[in-house]
Amino acid sequence: MSLLPLLAEGGSDAISSLIYWIAETILLGWLGIPLQIGIPLILIAATAAGIPGACSYAIWLERKLAAWIQDRVGPNRVGWAGLLQPIADGAKFLLKEDIIPAHVDKFLFVIAPTISVFTTMLALSVVPLGPTTVGDGFSFIIAPKLDIGIVFLFSVTSLAVYGIILGGWSSNNKYSALGGLRSSAQVVSYEIPLGMSVLGIALMAGSLNLETVVDAQAQGGLFGWNIWYQPLAGLIFFLAALAESNRLPFDLPECEQELIGGYHTEYSALKFGMFFLGEYTHVFTVSFLCSVLFLGGWHFPGIAEATSVGTLATVFKIGVLLTKVFCVLVLIMLLRWCLPRFRFDQLMGLCWKVLIPLSLANMLCVMIVREFELSWFWLPVSSLFLFCMAGLLSFRPAPPRSRPVIRAEQLIASHH
Amino acid sequence: MPIQEKDVAWIEEPELSFWEQTFLPAVAGGLKVAMQHTVAQHSVTEQYPEQKPDLPLHYRGVHRLNRDEQGRVRCVACMMCATACPAHCISIVAEDASKDWPDRDKRPQSFVLDELRCIFCGMCEEACPCDAIELTSIYDLTGQTREQMTFTKDKLLSIYDQTKDNPRDPVRTHRGRLGCASELERQPLSATSPKPPESPRAKKQ
Repeated sequence: MSLLPLLAEGGSDAISSLIYWIAETILLGWLGIPLQIGIPLILIAATAAGIPGACSYAIWLERKLAAWIQDRVGPNRVGWAGLLQPIADGAKFLLKEDIIPAHVDKFLFVIAPTISVFTTMLALSVVPLGPTTVGDGFSFIIAPKLDIGIVFLFSVTSLAVYGIILGGWSSNNKYSALGGLRSSAQVVSYEIPLGMSVLGIALMAGSLNLETVVDAQAQGGLFGWNIWYQPLAGLIFFLAALAESNRLPFDLPECEQELIGGYHTEYSALKFGMFFLGEYTHVFTVSFLCSVLFLGGWHFPGIAEATSVGTLATVFKIGVLLTKVFCVLVLIMLLRWCLPRFRFDQLMGLCWKVLIPLSLANMLCVMIVREFELSWFWLPVSSLFLFCMAGLLSFRPAPPRSRPVIRAEQLIASHH
Repeated sequence: MPIQEKDVAWIEEPELSFWEQTFLPAVAGGLKVAMQHTVAQHSVTEQYPEQKPDLPLHYRGVHRLNRDEQGRVRCVACMMCATACPAHCISIVAEDASKDWPDRDKRPQSFVLDELRCIFCGMCEEACPCDAIELTSIYDLTGQTREQMTFTKDKLLSIYDQTKDNPRDPVRTHRGRLGCASELERQPLSATSPKPPESPRAKKQ
């Protein structure tokens, strides 16, 4: 079992030493659970305890950011600056009346939100949550040394669409059904550029293992981060990830103005809370992935290098990773209030006509660079070239008009 | 008359340059505005119970029945307000007043105003020939039952007793003479409301 070499040496810093100590004395000593299961069990417990709290406070942050952008204050009554608001919301979700309408398919209605939460939390098992090491050494991942890490991640997040489809279909009303259908089309379509943009990264790092990808970036220093070499892939991944988690501008499945509530119209209380939890967990997972795949993960020049060891280094590495995740999260939340929602045909057109050809061409460029062992300098050059080609291909000059044409500003000015 | 060709203007969308077509400059501009608002945190929210709103001077709130200089109710039960009310929320029963008050024929024996049906249009105040019924600036008077919100004559007179000294609710009963409000600066409703707007007329004192 790949974990065995780790067990001999314990941790190199206080946090991993603590985890080993708990696994050895409590889980192995008192309960007889072997270390191969015990250590991941501790990490699972930490994640399962941390994620709902993190999601609740992400909702607080979203409400506050939205308020500040809109010149309001946001929640400020419950606790100082509204910081106890998520606790009040959690209590509300638990205590509210749980309605299961008579006309729904009961089994599917009940399991749909659980699928949503289950798959998004399962996806967190291969995402690095702290410093990682390739080879011997402790990694802050629930399932370390998984050589198909990226593929596992995408396959599990693809299952998350079942939660939405079943929720919409079992609700037995036209708005939810439409929301579920739109969402399934959207999520399934955007899986393709999501995966293809990351395949370029995997080709460059030589492995699908997320620990290897982070390590390759850390070895390269500040200019080893993948965002410098694959900016186009980064952009495509970010857009596809936004579409996967149904965030604005891609939130057609749940928009209030068109579909009442979309697929979660009929849900109340805890089931609705679970859909929310699943969505925010997905946003967290996506932010973690953006940071790990493109922004260097836990690496920061000067503070947290690949060679730093010790407790303080581990704390800094965790801090750097969480800061990057926070920045991506804030960017996602800000984008919600900057952009209007895509119409469904525009959404599909963007995916199939823009993102998929671009990601295919990008992968082709990476393959050429790897095959002919060209300098990696050609990668950002090729990204820029592809971007300009795409723009020029879609650039249509204005057709000749038979009537005299004026611009809107001229018309308004001529009336004054 | 048919539309002339020269009256029709054909407007086309503005032509986008290459970079504008990608919409990335527009997105970046939007993010910049969002960040500016986030950092500036200029909030226009009024924190309600601690900050009361600053109402205009003739705000139409809860009604009151005015008293005259001798403390008698001004209403002479002429039924003009009940007739003018579009929501039919005023019910008056008159009684003979000529024995006690020689200058009056009638006075209201009962004056019932259903505040829940009222639409606060102010027609009763305009119709009254005696300046008896007026709308004050009280907006937060509530009740717990429907019966509580059906105001009787005593309740309406008690609102008068509470508000007659409030400079925001001047008693508009001195016909031909300006009332006390004309001699005042605009005052805020309470000490905690935001700064009051200035009135040009008050400055002339």
